[in-house]
This record gives sequence, structure tokens and C-alpha cells, in this order.
Amino acid sequence: MKKVKALVLAGNGINCEMEMAHACRLAGSDVVDIVFLYDILSGEVKLDDYHFLNLPGGFLDGDDLGAAKAMAHRLKYAKIAGSGERLDEVIFRFIREGKLILGVCNGFQLMVKSGLLPGLKGIYGKQALTLTFNDSGRFEDRWVYLKVNSNSPSIFTRGLKGLYLPVRHGEGKFIPKNDEMLAELERKNLIALQYSDPDYRKPTLEYPLNPNGSASAIAGICDETGRLFGMMPHPEAYLYFVNHPRWTREKVPEEGMGLAIFRNAVEYVRKNL
Amino acid sequence: MAYRVEIGLKPTIRDARGEKIKRRIIDNLNIIVDSVVTVDVYTVDAAMSAPEIEKVASGPFLDPIIQEFSIGKPLRDDFDWAIEVGYKPGVTDNIGRTAREAVELLLQRKFKAGEGVYTSVLYLIRGKLTKEQAERIATGLLANTLIQRFEIKERPSWNPDVGMGIIVPKVASSKEGRVLEINLRVSDEELMRTSSARVLALTLKEMKAIRNYAEDPGVREERKKIGLGENLTDCELEALAQTWSEHCKHKIFNGLIEYRDEEGKVWRIDSLFDTYIKRSTEEIRQAMGEKDWCVSVFKDNAGVMRFNEDWNIVFKVETHNSPSALDPYGGALTGIVGVNRDPFGTGKGAKLIFNVDTFCFAPPDYSKPLPPRLLHPKRIYEGVREGVEHGGNKSGIPTVNGSIVFDERYAGKPLVYCGTGGIMPRNILGEPSHEKQAMPGDLIVMTGGRIGKDGIHGATFSSEELHEESPTSAVQIGDPITQKRMTDFLLRARDLGLYHAITDNGAGGLSSSVGEMARDCHGCRMYLERAPLKYAGLDPWEILLSEAQERMTLAVYPEKIGPFLELAKRMEVEATVLGEFTDSGKFHILYNGQTAAYLDMDFLHNGLPRMELKARWEKKVHPEPTFNDPPDLTAALKKVLSRYNVCSKESVIRQYDHEVQGGCVIKPLVGAYNDGPSDATVLRPLLESWEGIVVSSGICPRYSDIDTYHMMACAIDEAIRNNLSAGGNLKQMAGLDNFCWCDPIQSEKTPDGEYKLAQLVRANQALYHYTRAFGVPCISGKDSMKNDYLIGDTKISIPPTVLFSAVSVVSDVRRCITMDAKRSGDRVYILGETYNDMGGSEYYALYGFIGNQVPKVNAPRAKALYEALGRAIQRGLVASCHDCSDGGLGVALAETALAGALGMEVDLRKVPSSGVNRNDVLLFSESQSRFVVTVHPEHQRTFEECLKGNVFAEIGSITGGSTFTITGLHGKTAVRANIFELKEAWQRPLRW
Repeated sequence: MKKVKALVLAGNGINCEMEMAHACRLAGSDVVDIVFLYDILSGEVKLDDYHFLNLPGGFLDGDDLGAAKAMAHRLKYAKIAGSGERLDEVIFRFIREGKLILGVCNGFQLMVKSGLLPGLKGIYGKQALTLTFNDSGRFEDRWVYLKVNSNSPSIFTRGLKGLYLPVRHGEGKFIPKNDEMLAELERKNLIALQYSDPDYRKPTLEYPLNPNGSASAIAGICDETGRLFGMMPHPEAYLYFVNHPRWTREKVPEEGMGLAIFRNAVEYVRKNL
Repeated sequence: MAYRVEIGLKPTIRDARGEKIKRRIIDNLNIIVDSVVTVDVYTVDAAMSAPEIEKVASGPFLDPIIQEFSIGKPLRDDFDWAIEVGYKPGVTDNIGRTAREAVELLLQRKFKAGEGVYTSVLYLIRGKLTKEQAERIATGLLANTLIQRFEIKERPSWNPDVGMGIIVPKVASSKEGRVLEINLRVSDEELMRTSSARVLALTLKEMKAIRNYAEDPGVREERKKIGLGENLTDCELEALAQTWSEHCKHKIFNGLIEYRDEEGKVWRIDSLFDTYIKRSTEEIRQAMGEKDWCVSVFKDNAGVMRFNEDWNIVFKVETHNSPSALDPYGGALTGIVGVNRDPFGTGKGAKLIFNVDTFCFAPPDYSKPLPPRLLHPKRIYEGVREGVEHGGNKSGIPTVNGSIVFDERYAGKPLVYCGTGGIMPRNILGEPSHEKQAMPGDLIVMTGGRIGKDGIHGATFSSEELHEESPTSAVQIGDPITQKRMTDFLLRARDLGLYHAITDNGAGGLSSSVGEMARDCHGCRMYLERAPLKYAGLDPWEILLSEAQERMTLAVYPEKIGPFLELAKRMEVEATVLGEFTDSGKFHILYNGQTAAYLDMDFLHNGLPRMELKARWEKKVHPEPTFNDPPDLTAALKKVLSRYNVCSKESVIRQYDHEVQGGCVIKPLVGAYNDGPSDATVLRPLLESWEGIVVSSGICPRYSDIDTYHMMACAIDEAIRNNLSAGGNLKQMAGLDNFCWCDPIQSEKTPDGEYKLAQLVRANQALYHYTRAFGVPCISGKDSMKNDYLIGDTKISIPPTVLFSAVSVVSDVRRCITMDAKRSGDRVYILGETYNDMGGSEYYALYGFIGNQVPKVNAPRAKALYEALGRAIQRGLVASCHDCSDGGLGVALAETALAGALGMEVDLRKVPSSGVNRNDVLLFSESQSRFVVTVHPEHQRTFEECLKGNVFAEIGSITGGSTFTITGLHGKTAVRANIFELKEAWQRPLRW
């Protein structure tokens, strides 16, 4: 059987790499490596050797120039020792080869700021939307209900209806370049996740169910291939029932809801790559 | 040349930051403004072409979807007042550092010396303001003038071609560093002038001890040989002052004390620390024998205890009070990233897994006139909260536990307790991880940030009260990302076995870190000119003392230095070899080939004369209130729920990430709506295991007004109660004691010093008695002894305060529980007995009284109850458990119900009590060792059997709906309210 290899990026302010790697392992990935950015830049580790790139949450460069902004800039300019290739060129090749990228929170912000999402018409590398300061003006840690768009091409959300996960961010408000773009995202079903009511039925703009004031209640989007996916809430934070904030008072399933995202990814790799 | 780049939001985009500032101007300063718009300003001072700066401004600095930029001219002109706030020269500018890295990457070259990027924020305000009001907004809200500069311009006087203009806050100094000699053969007055002018915080006795050392013929002979004169150098004197500071040496805790008790009996105490704290831990460990799970206590930067066969837990709590008084944001940020380095610098280094924070402030609605140099408590609250948010969240460490205590006497110095826990493998490459030793020949290596003038005299500054001349240089700003890069690197170096020993650079900087490590091998030689500096112009003593953040000092084997430095370079961490450890017996510091310090290691560490102090205890009597028991206590319950010390702290808790690392399983907020007050937090540090740690704390400074002995006992009991409420394990529970006192040394400044020292003695006695009785050993602790403010005639001293933190190890987190009522029909129990313990209660405070009957802890009875409760929880018999603390039974019942979003009916006639005949006493007495527990009817019998032999009673039940009813002693309704009304009373006060 095909060996599934996942790479979880670390370093420079990333801070959810351990639980993200744990999620990949639980989901059945055969190889899970936590790789520091520096080890890719030094040429020691090659992204080409993996199928599934995980961009975890954190504070890349402290989010000092805006969330993930300095890192997006690094992808464009930093070169890999030896080959002289730019980081983004390596990522574009990874995408062309049909592989998977999942960005969570700061990782989603990175995908957006570096133009990996939404990648409309297969064009990557140019920022087309943004994630910026929550309407509350605050960082917030709170659990949210997410309605899954079952028509979305996202391979990560296949078979899911709703998710209950924590958000932990100060810059999660989704703003598209313009209304036409928002309409295109909707038309193509690229809006994979929306903040919703507790029944996972109605997307909502109401605070705190929608914790940041995102346009169209957007919490996560994918590209047209469905293989690139970014979301603000943290699926790797809910792998076990004890992560649920009310496990001591409600019946919750043994397996955490976030794991399904990783299972889908691993299964996709096994079948298709 | 310098460029000014302005980045602003497009006019169609909501400016959440501007709105927040507007709200604060209106709420905090009572100044009406129409709108506030913010603009980010980058001043790039580097050799660049116009196209290059254009590329930077439109590249890494810009979010093209929502922002626009301008170079060299103002972006906006629609405002009435413009206020720009930036850092003063030399202050850490984290955004500037990141911006610089981005520019360097774009230019594909490193900046030359003197080049830099500086950031500031421009606030454009619309509204009719006077110049005075604009200044108040600048100094009272936007800028902290200690570390920040600001400029105000009014629209009419504004030149639209120039705007605010270009300011480059570069440190301009080209002076050569010099070593000065200091003559100590002078009068006593002159000695003391030197001590105070240089912020040495040394006493005359200590200054004389130093003089005697320098006068010793043997010492003089040796110094002559190495080229030194008869006088000590500034480096030597400063290094001694840091090493001997109260902050580093705990002189009061280690002093000789003559204590006179209430009956006039005199006790001689030879070190409070040895007599009470250390002795208790030693005795508990001895009693545990083979089962002793303490691994390393009191000797390293943090305490170490066993977690399981393969892992150890490391925990340390610190305070950062003095810096937080002057700059709440920077002080608290430095507090948290600073205490991170304690577990990180323990043994061979631990991975950091949780933070805890407890703050003590004056109330946010403080309305008395503020004495000079003090910031308003609300500003301190917001600044400290934000500092801890940035420090914790950006480091990727969950902030899991804490509290906020309010008392007007914290206006002079707020208390900012910051703690960090870590985990490390028991063995690394076959050696115990908690052991470390610098060996002669090992290289002294400094990693992380660079050295500047920041934080100089932090150790000695915090060993004094806040006064007119308190140095502002002690204030600094932490940089969590530089530290995160360093800890990522060092954990890797640790696992590759690239170093022998590690410690952090905190108080005293290199003089302390290298001085401490050099004790292992008995000497060091360090070359100060090798140290990487943020800017030129530091004197050698400043390099030696600087407390610039994000630095660790290591002992690296010479044969491993190549791979060590190579890995550092790859991971973008600066690492520099500063010298080597020796066995010369000397603390030898050189600067440009000349000796700057040459002290005997033995004198440096053991030359400090001991303090001899007097303590006299007297019992204070406070007036007792005389009001009658109100027939309806509904209003009183709401008022107590709205007390700042009782009310919900949700707005603060939510702004901390308490779930990163994926292990938080009992969260700080629990219940039906995820907003009930958890007693403790439970973490699962290893994601593949169900084993966990339970983290809690206790703090009750109000009782200090009556008797610090019982204050201490109650703080210990509260920490343990909280821990047990979540399912903690009394058999493997460790404590941390953090004392914050007001100056307890009798002097002109402190005429009641003997009383305050007696308060300290009594707290220590209680610590010994109760930690022993409960079998909860302290594994680490800290004291901060000068929490006073003294300027002119105004003296503000904090109430004696101890934060007692508890951490216990549980074998299965699935057995842990929460405090919220679970189901209608569940039975409500109270465990423990209620007495007339109204002294120091929140209820009395509500009416302006202190009273005299302070709660006391009966340890043997409490322990028996705790063990029974622990068994019941382990057997799954308990649906919810909440401890009774501030606000007593009434608050505990209300919180249980409102967190569960369920109604409750309770009958006070069933509450086991002794000597109580009033409803208000039953509801609000703060008797210790009590819990409110709910039990499902089917477990009732087994639960009661489990608790047999202890004082407990079934007092009511959980009901459907939302009515909260308490029947009083005379059978009439004493409280009747909707739980959502109660919840509103509890949530409103701090819901900003």
C-alpha cells in the first residue's frame, strides 16, 4: 500500500506543530515529520518528498506586519541553499503534482497572504483576499459551530455536515477583494466552512457565533481543485472527546470532530497519489 | 537616507483598532471624540533607491486588499488632531525588527551598522479638542512617556506636504566604553551616597564588607598582579550589588530574626526559608521515602517533580511588580517571557507547556487623586492584560490559570505573578535531565537577543520601593518571537547533547547568569567586548548587568562548539562565545584586553553579611459591624456576585489562548455556555497518554489585615481545594509559594517594620504547619519584599500577599470533573462545616468592615474530607464540585447553578454549622475547607458512604427552569432570583 507522507512546518513563531503532527499520525499517515523552515531552506529536507503539507497555527514573525505577512514575503524571496530555488516555486510544483496543503489559523492566513488561496482559475501567488482584525478588536479563544458546504470540492471536508471547533485568533475577519470575487467563491462552492448556529444550518453574522465579523460568515475556503484548504478554527485542537469544552456534561463521541479533516486528507493521498 | 512610509486602511474598511481607541478615550478619559483613524508608520533608515522603497511599501508592509500606502507624504488629511506615538531610542521595537528582516530579504543584503527600521502609529482624531485634551489623550492613553515619544499636531498648523515629518529614533552614541574605579575609603555618608546614586540598594554594613574585602592585603596583592589598582572597579561593585540584591539573595528570608509573639515570648529564627519552607519540604520527602516524587527542589531556576516513568514536570512562578508599575505592558510582557526562561533554564532545559497569571490591582473605578508617577489602575489592568496576552499567545504556551484580586492598596505597586510549567524527559542521552554542571574549559556562550541599555538595575530596582528616582532604564519590552526561535533551537541542541548546562539571563544579566554557573566549576573568564550589542556606546559594567531579554547562557563543550554555532546560524539565532569557565576561583571579566573585574568567587557568593532583624507581633482589633440579618438576601447576593474579587473574569480569560498544544481538557471556562468559573485547569501534556496535571492557585490577602498566619493557611487550603474540585490528586501535589510583602525592615521610612516582619514570620509558620499537615511540599518559590510606594508624604504599602500555586498529577484525566450543575434532579451537598468566619470576608468588605474572626483551617479534618472527596470523584460519584471561597456558600451555590444554566433549591437549615444563627453568615461566611457538590440520585447512597465520618449534608436539589431559591433559618425564602439575573450581576462588572 501507498505510504502517506505528511510534513508539518515549524519554526519562526509557528506553535501548533505538535498537535497538528499528532492529528496526522492519528489519521493514519505513515510518515509525519515536523520540519523547521530552516531545514527546508538549508536544502536538508525536500518538500518534494512529501504528499501532505500542513501549515499550523501560530504567530509567524509575531504577525508583526499583519498576520503571516512577513512569512508570505519570505516565501517569495527566500532561496533554498544549493538549488537556488525560491520557496514559493517549490510550493507551486507541489501543487502542480496534485498534492495537498492544509493551512490552519496562521497557516490559513499565510495561504491567503501568499496567494495560495483561493487560487482562482489555477493562478497561485497573488493575494486576492485577506484575513484581518476581528471586529471586536480582540484576540479571542472560543468554540464555534461551523456549517460545512457539502457541494464544496474540498477533499478535506468530504462527508461532513458540521464541525464544532475552537477559534483562537485576533485577525480572522475574511474580506474579499470585491463583491465579484465573493460571488465567484460562492458560485464555485469554494466557501467550504461558515460560522453558523449550533445546528450547523444557518451561517451567521451574529457575534459571538461569528467571532470576527467575516463576510458571508466565512471560516474556511478551498481552491478549485479542493486540494488546498485553509480554515481559521483549529481541527487539531479537537482530536479527543476530552478536548470538547462540555465533555463533562454532554454525550460527545469518543473521537474528536477535528480528526475527520486529517482522515480525509490521508485517505485522499492513499487513493490518488 | 530615511524614508517615511505610511500604511492606512482603505476608507471603506472598518478600523477596529481605531474604534477601540475611541471607546477608551471616551470611557477612560471622559473626552468626547467623533472618530479615530489609525495609520502605521515605518521609518526606514537605510541606503535604498526610490524603486526599492516603493517595492517594500507595496510588498511586505502592505495588505493590498484593505490597505493603501504613501511614501514621504501624508496618506490622510481629514482630521482635527494628529498624534503620533513611537518608541524612544533604544527601546525594543519588535515590529521594527521584523520589518527590517523583511527589507533585508528583499534587498538581499544585511543592514549596515546604523541602518534600521523604526515603527510608530499615527492616530488621526476628529472632534473638538483643546490642546490640553489632546495631550491628555497622548500621555494618558496612547503613549507611555517612559519608553515612548509622541508628537501632536493640529490640522491648521499641519503642512500637507510634510505631515508629521521624519524622525529617526536612533541611539546616537559613539563614546568608547570605559572602566571606572570607585573609591570606597570614604565616610559612611559617602558610602551610602554611592550606594543610592548607583542604585546598588546595598546597606552600610554591606558596603563596608565590600570595602574590607578590597582592603585585604592578600586581595590587594593579587589585584596588583593582574594590573588593577587599590579601588574596586564599577564592574565589580555593580556585579556584587546584583549578586547581593534582595531580589537574588533573599536577604530577609535568609536573615536572623528575633521574633516576639503575642505573649511576649521571644524566638530566634535562623532563616525563615530554612526553618519553615525548606524544612517542611525535607520532612515531607523523608516521610515519603521511596515514593518521593520530588526531583529537584529550591536549587535550580524552577522546581522539578516526577510526572511518570519517562517524564518530569517543571514549574516556577515569579513576580514582575516594579516594572509593571511603570510600564504595565512591557513589564507584564517581560514578566511572562522572563518566567518562561526559568523552566527553560532548569536542568538541561524543559519544553514549556503552560502559563499561569495572577494580578493584584487597585479597582478599575479608582477615583482618588493619583500620586506622582502612578498610572491609573484601569490603565495598568489593560496594559498588564495585553502584555500577558502577547507574551503567552505569541510564545505558543497556553495560559491556563490565574485570578485577579482588587484592593486599593495595590495602587502603589500592582502585583503581577507570572508562572510557567514545562515538561522534560527524565533522561537525555542517558543522563538525568535535571542535572547540569559547567565544567572548567567549557565555553561561555550567550544565545538569543542582543545587549542594550534595557533593564539595567532591574534586580536592585525591584529591591527598593518605588520612589522619585526609580530608574526608568529598568523598564523593557520583551520579544516573544526572538525567544521562540531561541527555544526552538535550544531544545534541538539539548537533544543532540551540544551543551553541559544552561541558565537564563534575568535579573543581573550576565553578571548573575555567568556568576551562578561559574559556581559549579569555581571560576570564569569572560571578555565583554565580544558581547553582541544592539548599539554602540555601552560601558563595560552596562554590558555585564544589562537585563536585555531573550537571552540564555550556556556551558558548551569546546569540541561541540562548531555544530552548536552552525545549528544556531541555520535557525537564525545569534550565539556568541564570550569566554570560558575555569577553576581559578575568580570571577574574571575583561574588556579590550584589560581586567574589568577580578573577584573571588567565594566572596561574590558568600561574602554577604547576614541581616539581623527584629519582629514583634501584636493582634489588631477591628470594629465589628452591628447591622441586623437582612430578611431578604437576594440583593446582597447580587452585590457580592458583582464584587470585583468575585465577578467573572471572562473578558480577560478569552483573550488568552488556553488551548494551544492541544492538551487542555478542563478549561478555565466551563459549563452549559462555556462561561462558568473553573476551579482548576487540567492538561494532558502528552497527547498519547491519559495522564494529566491539574493546576490551581489560592490567594486571599484580605485576611492579612487580621492575621497573616491564617491568610497563609487559607491560601494553601484554597489552592488545594481548587485542585481537588477538578479531580486533583492530594497524594502527588506540589506547591509553589510566592510572597509579596511590603517593606518589613524597621526604619524611618517604615516605622511599623517590626510588625510587618512579624506578619512575615507568622505566614511562614503557617506555611510550615499546613504544607506539612497536607503533605503538599513546596518545590519552588520566590519573594518580592519591597512592594511600597513612597514619594513625598505619600506611602502606599500592599497588604501582605501570598500566591500559593498547586500542581498535581492524575493518572487519568477522564476522571476529572467540572464545577457546573449537570442535571435537574441532582442532589446538592455541602461538604465541611460553616462557622461565623466573617472577618475579612467579601460580605463585610461590601459594608466597609474587616471584622476579626478570620477563617481558620483545621488541617487534619480537612485532609480526611479531601481524601474522601478524592475517592468519590475517582469512583465517578460526583457530578460537579465547586469550592467555597470569596463570597462563601452563597457565591458557590449561585456559580454552580448559573454555570450549569439550571435552577436550584437549597435550605439553609440543613447546612452543618457551629455558632451560626444568621442567614447572611451562613451564606457569606468564608469558612475554609468547604465544597458545593452535586450528585446524581442513583449515586447518592454510595457517595454518602464514601464521605462517612466527615461533616457534610444534603441541602437541596438542582431543578429544571431557572429559579434559584434559598430558604432561610426561619423557613422563609431568603433568596429568590432567576439564575440569568444572577449571572448578569456576576458578569457585568468586568465585561469590557
